Amino acid sequence: MISTGLVSVAYVVASILFILSLGGLSHQESARRGNLYGVAGILIAMVATIANVGAGDMVTILIAVLLGGSVGIVMANKVEMTQMPQLVALLHSFVGLAAVLVGFSGYIEPLRPTFGAEHTIKLVEVFLGIFIGAVTFTGSLVACGKLDGRIDSKALTLPGRHLMNLAAIIVSVLLGAWFLSTESMALGILALVLVTVIASVLGVHLIMAIGGADMPVVVSMLNSYSGWAAASIGFMLGNDLLIVTGALVGSSGAILSYIMCKAMNRSFVSVILGGFGQTSSSSSAVEGDQTVHETSIDELSEELRNADSVIIVPGYGMAVAQAQNGVSDMTRILREKGINVRFGIHPVAGRLPGHMNVLLAEAHVPYDIVLEMDEINADFPNTDVVLVIGANDTVNPAAAEDPSSPIAGMPVLEVWKARQVVILKRGMATGYSGVENPLFFKDNSRMLFGDAKATIDKLVGALRS
Amino acid sequence: MKIGIPKEIFSDERRVAATPPSVQKLIKLGYEVIIESGAGEAAHYDDEAYRTAGAAIAVDTRSLWEEADFILKVRAPIKHPTLDKHETELMKEGAYLASYLWPAQNPELLDQLAGKKVTAFAIDSLPRISRAQKMDALSAMANIAGYRAVVEAASHFGRFFTGQVTAAGKVPPAKVMIIGAGVAGLAAVGTANGMGAVVRAFDTRLEVREQVESMGAEFLELDFGDEEGSGSGGYAKQMSPEFIEAEMALFAEQAKEVDIIITTALIPGKPAPKLITEAMVKSMKPGSVIVDLASERGGNCELTEPGKVVSRHGVTLIGYTDLPSRMAKVASDLYATNLVHLMTELTPEKDGQPVVNMEDDVIRGLTVVKGEDITWPPPKPEAPVIPKSAPGTEEPSPAEVKAAQSKAATRKTTGKVVLLLVTVAALYGIGAYAPESFLSHFTVFVLACFIGWQVIWNVTASLHTPLMSVTNAISGIIVIGAILHLAQSENLVVGILAFVAVFIATINVAGGFRVTHRMLKMFRR
Repeated sequence: MISTGLVSVAYVVASILFILSLGGLSHQESARRGNLYGVAGILIAMVATIANVGAGDMVTILIAVLLGGSVGIVMANKVEMTQMPQLVALLHSFVGLAAVLVGFSGYIEPLRPTFGAEHTIKLVEVFLGIFIGAVTFTGSLVACGKLDGRIDSKALTLPGRHLMNLAAIIVSVLLGAWFLSTESMALGILALVLVTVIASVLGVHLIMAIGGADMPVVVSMLNSYSGWAAASIGFMLGNDLLIVTGALVGSSGAILSYIMCKAMNRSFVSVILGGFGQTSSSSSAVEGDQTVHETSIDELSEELRNADSVIIVPGYGMAVAQAQNGVSDMTRILREKGINVRFGIHPVAGRLPGHMNVLLAEAHVPYDIVLEMDEINADFPNTDVVLVIGANDTVNPAAAEDPSSPIAGMPVLEVWKARQVVILKRGMATGYSGVENPLFFKDNSRMLFGDAKATIDKLVGALRS
Repeated sequence: MKIGIPKEIFSDERRVAATPPSVQKLIKLGYEVIIESGAGEAAHYDDEAYRTAGAAIAVDTRSLWEEADFILKVRAPIKHPTLDKHETELMKEGAYLASYLWPAQNPELLDQLAGKKVTAFAIDSLPRISRAQKMDALSAMANIAGYRAVVEAASHFGRFFTGQVTAAGKVPPAKVMIIGAGVAGLAAVGTANGMGAVVRAFDTRLEVREQVESMGAEFLELDFGDEEGSGSGGYAKQMSPEFIEAEMALFAEQAKEVDIIITTALIPGKPAPKLITEAMVKSMKPGSVIVDLASERGGNCELTEPGKVVSRHGVTLIGYTDLPSRMAKVASDLYATNLVHLMTELTPEKDGQPVVNMEDDVIRGLTVVKGEDITWPPPKPEAPVIPKSAPGTEEPSPAEVKAAQSKAATRKTTGKVVLLLVTVAALYGIGAYAPESFLSHFTVFVLACFIGWQVIWNVTASLHTPLMSVTNAISGIIVIGAILHLAQSENLVVGILAFVAVFIATINVAGGFRVTHRMLKMFRR
């Protein structure tokens, strides 16, 4: 048993370490240190908490911690970098579930007795914590399933879905009022169970209605939710560390969601309400007489050899085909020939914010040639060859040129301004937004059909010979 | 429709509004092009080249103006010296005109044009939006002026720019200070740096620091609190007296050290600020050079004489006002291309018929006279459009002070006030009714949100995934709550709930940090 004062100090230290941790992530150089700060923070907080409880309970706690810790580390070691989005989503759901469980525990057996207004506030916090936690839990599971391909990533649009969501929220509020007014523990638990069920359904439904292309927003939004859930549990327990951490995570997720929405030129509300791209796919249908030009591996390798400047634009397709290592090899070969190779990354490329950067980093592509959209967009007109690998909506000229397009106004990588664009693609399917891409029909566009990994590997072979 | 390219009559103007390649593009847009004989001579384009490009050659000035329906020019119309008539009088009634016009300084000219029912586009009134950049002649000319300023300085400077160690002795590199890092200033930085000089640049707008450094110069910084010189629309604003004092001290100190000073400082609608005093000129080493790109607007140096090169206290002061025209060929090429882009915007059907779409922000901003109406100044869009004052170009006189953009500011303020009131009301409600214990936690919560907000904005986009997995790991802090419950549990159900919670929250903590670590390990330069 250590003193409560020491525990408080440990919590303060942990809070500061968490802030340093987030601050450290602002730059590549300090990012690893940032992660270590985070680890140190959570270790200090856990050790202090465990040391403060009696020796009798310590065994059970240690068992749970060790079990959980080893499961987590094994999971994280096993996961492929391409499965990162699923793992992050899955981990979010754990926070949600933990929030629900702690919320129930806190109601049944409060850590400290409360009275009057304080009691009411505590009940509100319990209720909120469980509600947010449950939405996060099931929502993240669905997001994980969608990212993993186990659930169809198309947006599910039930008739009257906004009304259903609204009804769920109203019923929850009514349940909350009832929960506050009841004196009986059994009825209270019943109310909590009911709200858990409703929130779970709401979580499933909310995320089902969001299309695959909006996943970066959803994942960061769920990240934010998991933070708010932790914060409300912190209020319930009167624990400042939880409040601080929850608030940090919550605002971080909120900012990320905002950045992602901006990158797609969509309002936050329209993403959350979902159902994007379902009704609009016909509006910009391309006339039938337009043809695409195909190219071959040999032609492309010749083009690349003769180019001075090449920009590679990767998208989710590269992640799916696991082509990043081949792309990295190709980059190295071209750079050795003195060709200026750079990468252009759209903010919402992939299924997570920054997804492409992680994949390219895994394949040892130097990060200083991986540029953001704003940094590289002006350079396309001076570029000889642009290689689009599995990206579609993020390079769609309709966003800039066709005001009637459903993605009009979304900032895109202006690849069509380059001398030549080569698009590696499996077939002529549309992207996640379901919008036709006029890029494929442009005069300076060439299609190279096939699996991205196989194509890139052949291309690397052709470039080496 | 026929486009006419007259010969420029402003003294020493060597540029021309069309080049043979631009003529070909204009013809592709469906126009016929007539050019006055000898119009391109000073820019090294002879009549034959234009004829090959498809233009007709007009033998005399009068016939050109009579035939042309659309005049493309460089300088604003002035009185023709030999015909003794103003160029506007030569124009066809109802014709079109695109050139520099400086509408703010030339209200009579607008009246004259309106009298002739001319539709006039002032290339200098182009709105500063990215879509319009391809027509931005001011930037194109400022770029040339910046380059030329360094070349002029080099030709009047008796030493190498680059440092050399030769058998005949060691030569130190020239030190160049550039004041004002706009388009011209940055071009000068790049040129001087390319020639091997040691370059320093100063600007009141701190945001240009990166641009200066990217061009290879050292950014001179004032140790001066928070005052920052960014005005609206990317231009500089006037600074406080204390700031100017500190700035002058910096210049005085630098003047003793540097060999070449290039000044490009302008504030929209005001005379050029006097930054280099006579005393500073005196303190410079003999043989030093000052190039004053602001000389047309009075000059940044007290001793500059506009349009001339003079020697004062052993220092050469270059006050040329026609630097772009001194590089007539490239200046004409770029200006002609700007005009082709303008014509392309005006001719969506490519049928040789201009369409003046006043709904289009760019066209609206450019059009200063339409038919009989003077349409300048344009209604303000959200961002204020200030007549650009690129140094080294040809703005004739100090403009009047612009009316402030009070309306937009008021709207913004109203929004902020409403937000503030709502926040105050909410805080009052919490403060009045919530118990003490809640309030302390609430304080912590709000502060933490604020800190999170501040910290996260700095995260680079490429680190968003690691950021998410770290925050995710950190949100596993909920394990603390679970541990506390598990420790205290008397009820078996609660015990099980808490046990499961500890278990899964720890998975989250360990997995989250581990996976972040793996990801970050991969990032390398």
